[in-house]
Amino acid sequence: MTWRDAALPAGVFAALALAPFLGFGQSHSLTLLARAMIFAMAAISLMLLVGGAGLVSLGHAAMMGVGAYAVVVLDHARITEAWAVLPAGVGATALFALATGAIAIRTSGVHFIMITLAFGQMAFFTASSLALFGGDDGYTLYGRTEIFGARLLEDRLAFHFACLFCLVAAWALVRALLASRFGRVLRAARENETRVRALGLEPYPYRLAAYVIAGAIGGLAGVLLANATEFVAPAYLAWQRSGDLLFMVILGGLAGPHGALLGALAFVLVEEWLATLTEHWRLIFGPLLILCVLFLRGGIAGLLGRG
Amino acid sequence: MTATLLLVQVLNGLQFGILLFLVAAGLTLVFGVMDFINLAHGVQYMIGAYLGATLAALTGSFWFGLLLALPAALVFGLLLEVLVFRHFYERDHLSQVLATFGVILVLNQGVKAVFGAAPMQMPLPEALSGGVRIMEGLLYPSYRLAILAAGLVTAGLLWFLVERTKLGMLVRAGASNAPMLSALGVDVRRLFMMVFGFGAMLAGFAGAMAAPILSVEPGMGDNLLILAFVVIVIGGIGSIRGAFLAALIVGLVETIGRSMMPDLMRLFLDPSAARQTGAALASMLIYIVMAAILAFRPAGLFPVRT
Repeated sequence: MTWRDAALPAGVFAALALAPFLGFGQSHSLTLLARAMIFAMAAISLMLLVGGAGLVSLGHAAMMGVGAYAVVVLDHARITEAWAVLPAGVGATALFALATGAIAIRTSGVHFIMITLAFGQMAFFTASSLALFGGDDGYTLYGRTEIFGARLLEDRLAFHFACLFCLVAAWALVRALLASRFGRVLRAARENETRVRALGLEPYPYRLAAYVIAGAIGGLAGVLLANATEFVAPAYLAWQRSGDLLFMVILGGLAGPHGALLGALAFVLVEEWLATLTEHWRLIFGPLLILCVLFLRGGIAGLLGRG
Repeated sequence: MTATLLLVQVLNGLQFGILLFLVAAGLTLVFGVMDFINLAHGVQYMIGAYLGATLAALTGSFWFGLLLALPAALVFGLLLEVLVFRHFYERDHLSQVLATFGVILVLNQGVKAVFGAAPMQMPLPEALSGGVRIMEGLLYPSYRLAILAAGLVTAGLLWFLVERTKLGMLVRAGASNAPMLSALGVDVRRLFMMVFGFGAMLAGFAGAMAAPILSVEPGMGDNLLILAFVVIVIGGIGSIRGAFLAALIVGLVETIGRSMMPDLMRLFLDPSAARQTGAALASMLIYIVMAAILAFRPAGLFPVRT
């Protein structure tokens, strides 16, 4: 563990905590920052799979989607209490991850990419056909999640710090997991599965556990995303969103969860900035993506590490 | 559900399957020979449709449009190969996924910038705008039959090319063991460029043929791409035969499932719930088929590498 693994994210978290008081307190900036933090959480959870277990999932947006739709289902039943919404969102996503992961992890390499993509599409089409919750058009929430019946999260600043708290918790959890024996087994199985088996360890349950944990964190991010926008649509589960998440992880670098953190923040902010420049910002963003993958091998974290 | 309706659905399913096959054929060869995962292949289909529609409008003739779209799609595919893809052959799948994802972003947006977000229309050719009486009380559009026929002829040519010519032999050898082929003195890179260009042209051909019956719009290739991936995974990566069979299975399951599922559900549920569950199940059906096939044959129906 070098200073960067702790000091760099600590600096980023401090900056995020201070941002509302340093001239980023308007509602537009806070909305953007909340979005960035939520995607950073999802990217960190995906980093556990890609960087830790070597499982390249192209269906991670479905995890956020399941979490978000759990909020929708409860909202439709007029249940908005956090102590019901949070366990439901995280639990539903963990179950979804367990069911799909149990099948997907039997495969490896390209087949794993394809099968996670297929499960993501299944979730997407299911969401599109839920006419009760708006189908393709999406669903507007009656209100944000309440805490003990108090509408605390309606306050933008309170929501900002709730997101920050969850982000720090997700980062700390993934960092601790990767450093633990669990994480070492995952990484060892990624490097050489045969040797891990020869040591008497079966990689499958470790990978499945990682998949479920990553899914649960992604589900939490989904719950927050639904709250941030107070709107949920099948587009949240689109496979392009999964591609975005994967790019955030690679953009940041695979050295540790701080990479995914930096990658996601950079992604969301650059996307926002380009979108203010031109309607056709993807024409700039696409080549940027290709160039990053081509030349920025260690990601942003690697770039900062060299300096 | 009458027999007539079922026949129409089967024909529609076969026709969709053939289009899928034309897209999947290039994808599976590119994947098989170079182990290169190309998400941007669906974009080739979209480009083919746009090229076809634009060139048909310019020349005033569907046939000239289709004819000119083929070389244009080929050139476009080779251009992408030289500009982007060839820099990623040695990289891992993750980098390939992301780089080709970037290409999708650019091209979808580029098409939107050039042609606008509104769907484009390509008129049906005069000679094929009518219908064919297949049986009593069933008039089937002749253009759809023409797509089916053209697809089958192309599939036959492709089979001949891959199974009966020297070039095809090299492609098959490359799919089963590329390093060995390279060690035997074959320029795998050049072979791959040919395969790539050819695959791009097939996808473009599918796009141009589908243009008159579908709406030509940005992002039209994305959903087809996912289905094409399902096809090559079911069929076995690198196998043309597998891709053909799997494409027909996926085309039929998708089309027939979509029309029959809601009716089937009505046996168990009330009409509105049946419509909803039926639609959800129908879209999930091919993924369920894929999971079932992979559970029994993890490498697909016709695995190339053993």
